[in-house]
This record gives sequence, C-alpha cells and structure tokens, in this order.
Amino acid sequence: MAKKASTAKPKAKAKTKAKVKTKKPVKHLEADAEELVEFYREMLLIRRFEEKAGQLYGMGLIGGFCHLYIGQEAVVVGAHSTSNPQDSVITSYRDHGHMLVCGMEPKGVMAELTGREDGYSKGKGGSMHMFSREKNFYGGHGIVGGQVPIGTGLAFAHKYKNDGGICYTYFGDGSVNQGQVYESFNMAQLWLLPVLYIIENNKYGMGTSIDRASSTTDLYHRGRSHGIPGEQVDGMDVVAVREATARAAEHARAGKGPFILEMMTYRYRGHSMSDPAKYRSKEEVSKVRQEQDPIDNLRELIIESKAASEDTLKEIDKSIKAIITDAAEFAKESPEPNVAELYTDILVEANG
Amino acid sequence: MPIEITMPALSPTMTEGTLATWHKKEGDKVSSGDVIAEIETDKATMEVEATDEGVLGKILVPAGTENVQVNSVIALLLEDGEDKSALAGFKTSAPTPVASAPVDVASPAPSSAPVAPVAPVAPVAPIASEPEYSGEMITQTVRESLRDAIAEEMRLDDTVFLMGEEVAQYQGAYKVSQGLLDEFGSNRVIDTPITEIGFTGLGVGAAFGGLKPIVEFMTFNFSMQAMDHIVNSAAKTRYMSGGQMGSHMVFRGPNGAASRVGAQHSQCFAAWYSHVPGLKVVAPWSGADAKGLLKAAIRDPNPVVFLEHELMYGQSFEVPAGDDFVLPIGRAKVERVGTDVTITAFSRMVGVALEAAELLAADGISAEVINLRTVRPLDIETIVNSVRKTNRLVNAEEGWPQSGMGAEMAALMMEHAFDDLDAPVVRVCGEDVPMPYAANLEALTLPGASKIADACKSVCYR
Ligand SMILES: Cc1ncc(C[n+]2csc(CCOP(=O)(O)OP(=O)(O)O)c2C)c(N)n1
Ligand SMILES: [Mg+2]
Repeated sequence: MAKKASTAKPKAKAKTKAKVKTKKPVKHLEADAEELVEFYREMLLIRRFEEKAGQLYGMGLIGGFCHLYIGQEAVVVGAHSTSNPQDSVITSYRDHGHMLVCGMEPKGVMAELTGREDGYSKGKGGSMHMFSREKNFYGGHGIVGGQVPIGTGLAFAHKYKNDGGICYTYFGDGSVNQGQVYESFNMAQLWLLPVLYIIENNKYGMGTSIDRASSTTDLYHRGRSHGIPGEQVDGMDVVAVREATARAAEHARAGKGPFILEMMTYRYRGHSMSDPAKYRSKEEVSKVRQEQDPIDNLRELIIESKAASEDTLKEIDKSIKAIITDAAEFAKESPEPNVAELYTDILVEANG
Repeated sequence: MPIEITMPALSPTMTEGTLATWHKKEGDKVSSGDVIAEIETDKATMEVEATDEGVLGKILVPAGTENVQVNSVIALLLEDGEDKSALAGFKTSAPTPVASAPVDVASPAPSSAPVAPVAPVAPVAPIASEPEYSGEMITQTVRESLRDAIAEEMRLDDTVFLMGEEVAQYQGAYKVSQGLLDEFGSNRVIDTPITEIGFTGLGVGAAFGGLKPIVEFMTFNFSMQAMDHIVNSAAKTRYMSGGQMGSHMVFRGPNGAASRVGAQHSQCFAAWYSHVPGLKVVAPWSGADAKGLLKAAIRDPNPVVFLEHELMYGQSFEVPAGDDFVLPIGRAKVERVGTDVTITAFSRMVGVALEAAELLAADGISAEVINLRTVRPLDIETIVNSVRKTNRLVNAEEGWPQSGMGAEMAALMMEHAFDDLDAPVVRVCGEDVPMPYAANLEALTLPGASKIADACKSVCYR
C-alpha cells in the first residue's frame, strides 16, 4: 500500500504489478524482467544467508547478539536498487542484508559473524558492527537511533562536496521515538540535506508492539512538523518499495531535502537469537509468511508474467545455496585474529 | 547420510539446556521452518525450527532431558530418498564448538569468609556498620535477590515505581523484573519507549514531584544517552536549589562486560559515575549485596546509580530471608582476611579476586580481599586499615586503566597511607582497548585470577 502523506493511493496487488508498471508515466520506474529476477536473487541471497547465520549461531560459531532480517528482504533490496555508486548507506544492528545489497562479500560478512581474521572488521566488530568504506556502507550501529544523526551527517558531506550522492538512512519503528531523530529531521530540512529516512516498520521494537510505544503510529507523518514529506509503502512488495524509493531519491537528488519512507514490513524471527517472541501469536507470524512473503510473491509474479522460467529460478536457488555454503565454510576455516590485533586500530598516527 | 540435528545455543550465555518437548515424532515429515522441539534455556523457553527438509529418523534425546549440552546431536533427519536403514551404524560427527570460549566467569566463592574486626580510625562521614544478621538464609540467584528487593520496597512504599524498556510485559530483558507487573500493575511497572534521555528526564521530574522512581537501563551502555539528566539534573539539583529539592531515585541495570557483544555493549561505567558529586554509586557482588544494597538505594533520598552485572545474574548465593535486611551504602566488606597484600575489587571482579587469593594461598601469600560494594562514597577507612596491615594494594577492575577506580586507589593511598606502603599500588584493569568481538581477543581483554595473582606477587617481590 502506497499511502502518501497528502493523498492516499489505492493498493495495487502484487500479482498485477507487472501489468500496472507499463502504465506508469516515468520510464525508469519500471521493473523489467531482468530486474525482477535480480530482485529475486538478492532477496533469496539474504534469506539463505540469514538462515545459515541462525544455524551457525546454534552451533556456537557465532556469539553474542545476532539479529536476523528474515521477512524484511524486500525493503533493502527494493530501496537499494535505486542507488548510485556514490551514495552512502547506514543502518542499525539488523544489518546483514544491507551489507549484502551494498555488494559486500558474503564470505567476509559471515567471517565477521564468526569473529575471524577475514571478517570485514577483522573479527573485532561482530554482527552489529561492520563497515565497508569501499562500498560506502557506514555500519552497523548497536545503539538504537545512533545511525540517524550520523546518516544525516553523511548527507551533509554529500551536499558539501557536491558529489551528487544521497544517504540511505535505515532505522526501526522503535528507534523512531528517539529524540535525536527529530533533531536530525530539523537540521536535514533546514539545510535541505540529501537524505532518505527509511523506517523499517516491522511492528515491534524488541517485545514492544508499535502501539504500546508510539503515541501516533503513522510514522511517515513524523516529519510533518519539520515540513518533510513522507510516504507509507508496502514493504513486503519489492516493486512498490523500489518505485516509492525512486521518487524519494529523485526528490533528494534534486536538492529538495530529506524524504521519509515508512516501509510496512515484518520480521519472522525473534528480535535476536535469544528472544522467544512470546509477545505475538504464532498465527500472526504464519499469516504474514503465507500471505505476504516477499520472496514467494515475487516468485509467483515472475512465473506469471513470464519474466523467467521455473528452471531459471531453480538455477538461481542452486547458485545461491552454493554461495552460502562457501561463505559458511570460509567463515569456519578463517583463523581467529592474531592476538596483536587487540591493540591495533584504536588511534592512527598523526602526521605533521 | 542422515542429517544431524544438534542442540542449538539460543542465547549468548547458554551452554546447556533442557529438551522440553518434541513437536515431531519419528517418521514425521519435516520442512524447513517447522517447529520441531521446545528447549528451555537459562532465560526462557524457545522453539527450535528445522533448517533442513526430510523425515525425522530418530530422536536421540527424549523429551524432558535436562542439561543437554549445546551442539550434542539430539536427532537424526533422513534426507529425501533415504530410509531407516541409513540410520544403522551411523556414527555422529558432531563438531566440537570452536571460538566460543566464555569470558573468565568467576565461580562464586563462599561468602561466609570470616570478617576482620576493624577498629574505626577517623570516619569521614558517619556510616552505619553492617548489621549483624543471624536469621534464616535462603539460596537464590542474584537475579532473584534484585527482584525481591524491588518487590519488597514497592510493597512498603507506594511512591516507588519501576520504569524502563521491556520491564513489564516482557518481564525484563534479563528477567530481573519477573512477576512485578502481575503484582503491582501497569501504573507502577511501566514499559517505556526506547527513549533513554526522555524517560530518564521524566524520572527526575517524577522524583521532584515526590515519587521514588527506579529507572532501569536495559544495559548501562544505553545510559550514555541519558547521561545529561543523570549528571546535570539528578546529581546537581539538590545543590543548585540550596537543598530545597532533590532526586530520590535509583538508576539501575547491568554494567560491565557481557559475552561476545562487542565494543558498544560491553564496558564498565563505574569510574565515570563515581566522578560525579551528587551521585551515590553502588556495585554489588554477592546476592546479599544485591538485595541489601538495592533496598538501601531505593530508600536513599539521593540519586543512586546501581551497577549490576549480567554475568552475575544467574549465580546463586546464600541470602538473608525476610524483608528487613538492608546494607549500608558506603561500607566495604572484607570478604577474606589476609596479611600480605590487599586486593580491592567491586562487582564480578570480587569473585575473581577471591579466586586469585586461593591461587596466592597455594604459593604461601596471604591476600586480604575487600569487596568495595560502593564506589562513591568509597569506604576509605576499611581500605586504609587493611593497607596498614598488609602494606600493599592491588586494585582489580574490568574497566579501563586511565582515570579508573585503580587510579583513584593509587591516589588515595598517597594521601592516606603513603608511609605504610612497601610497594607501589598496582592497577589490574581491562585492556586499554574497545572490547573486541572475536572470542580469542575478548578473552585477552578482561583480567582473570592469574593476572591479579601475578600483580600481587610482584608487589610482594615474589
Ligand atoms: C539506546 C538503546 N536502548 C536500548 C537498546 C536495546 N535494544 C536493541 S534493539 C531494540 C529494539 C529496537 O527496535 P526497532 O527500532 O523497531 O528495530 P528492529 O529491531 O525492529 O529492527 C532495543 C530496545 C539499544 N541497543 N540502544
Ligand atoms: Mg521494529
């Protein structure tokens, strides 16, 4: 459902999306067959990666907190498909999917999860704290809300350097109530910073449902008092995500300032591996899984619209399985970091 | 070859669990995502989902089995096309866990070590000495002691209330507030949004208005967002108002090292808070400490920062039963009497220091271990009395060295016991680095018993 802050639009069902798209006036918003298949590939990669991470956690190979993204794949895949190479991305601790769409290597991400030398942070960061300067991925933040002003600052730098980039800043429905979010909104609109605030509304912050934490629950309105436009999007529909994000990105790139996107999504697993998730019913979870699963629905759409054949999709499934198996093997085999690494990377030499 | 289903680790601290129920029986078809079993961990009951497809061939660990080690094989799954014959003579190849070395967790030492009779020298402020307790004792976890302290004080005083993230319906992120919502209702046990600066400031206001808030931080790492209201509002208003008003309140939650959660979630703020005039800062070790000091903190008319420790929550101690056991804030406790060297420590490190004292005893060195209990105000008298006897001091803490509690001890000894020292004061601290995630690096970061023992030997010139 694409609800705009001003005008509400009727929901277009996922199944009819492929036909609807040809009527869209803006040409580049169309998801052609090739793109649909690519969305499928990326979403499946994330899901299989997360399932494997869950398994390795169960074996004691991953420690501490590990937050899985299963169920939310369409958000990051659709949103990121609108990005350019100079753009930057920042998110919370629920970050594995974001890194994968940024083009970070599954092997390096998995090896960080196991705390090994070949991980993106040499094993020193772990699941919640991973970065890639090369891919303009700025973390991986463990403190709720912390990434929002930082993402605003990345947008400040894009504007300052006039590099044409925008910052994709992702955060949860729970984080939305943090004061620093509104301080960021104010500065972003005041200085017309090129930032997309992408709220991943999965309906819970840990065990607290959104209506038990928020006085108003239409989160896309949260920029109103600062004059920031917002839109609510069906975050389980990758094409809808992609279209809404493309419009928002156009707004930011045109120098009109920030845009808020509220992605309606759902996480299937507990908050982290140690959360039994007793605060919601099994029926609630299985209903979403059955009716709204972003991967199943896209698969159906691809087959129906003949964007690709069953066989092509099966080939993709197989190749992803191989990538994930490789990544897991790599992450198990990679050695623990050298003990000398304990004291490195704290400060760098000042030269001059 | 059948697929092995192994006992999963479902929390950062879980090493074993109870296999509560099987949801599938032998011969049942299993698809990935199906719930196959329920497991009880130290914190909760969790469902186990299958990650592979097949037919459940054999259940190796029956429902109801306790203490099932993580990673042991609990069932065998037959893959597509396999039949039961594949199970015959199947040898498990269960991997042994790697890279999950737990941080150095102290085993609790008996808290009944004799207490040295201390003759008061020049008390800085009149602080009650520890009450004699000869009543009934019960064995309970630190988690339960804390819960009981809160519940007892809430029963006694209806202006006391608890607020924080997940404290009510979820029963506490670390289950400290288990049962409190049921007993006291949602007016007094309040789930907050994830807005630390907001709810902490609100707590200060409620205290100005005559209530006695207990503000829980899910962990003290997140109190960094609330630092302004703790330091600038709660700690200073008594002074700035010329004594007219203050903040009768407690800030509490786990502080210090946790297991494998990396740099933003594993750090000690004791020295930070101890820097601030207008605050009291308490860091209990044993169950009795936890109970007696938390009750004192809730009754104290000042803002009290109460630093618990996640790795202590599950440890059991003998604790005075009944609801009138209160310990004085500002008094340290000599946990073990010795003559050659004094070790000061607080929170989890007290247990590690007691282990070190055992190691030293084997080498003929008699160490006196002081459990500081309160890091502001410090019980200087008890420390100085001990150093007059042993002439040596080693401070042990998880936190970083610079401006840490050890640095404070060194300065205090210069001021109060310079002529009594036979060796320089030594600090044993966490390594001066952000906490790494990797298991091997993490294990190197926190001081263990042997590091403390080595420091003690060095000051004894041994
Ligand atoms: C400042 C702060 N307070 C509390 C926490 C503990 N915590 C971690 S995640 C979380 C819930 C966040 O929910 P949401 O923003 O909806 O993100 P989601 O986990 O659903 O992706 C909480 C309370 C934290 N990490 N930081
Ligand atoms: Mg959420």
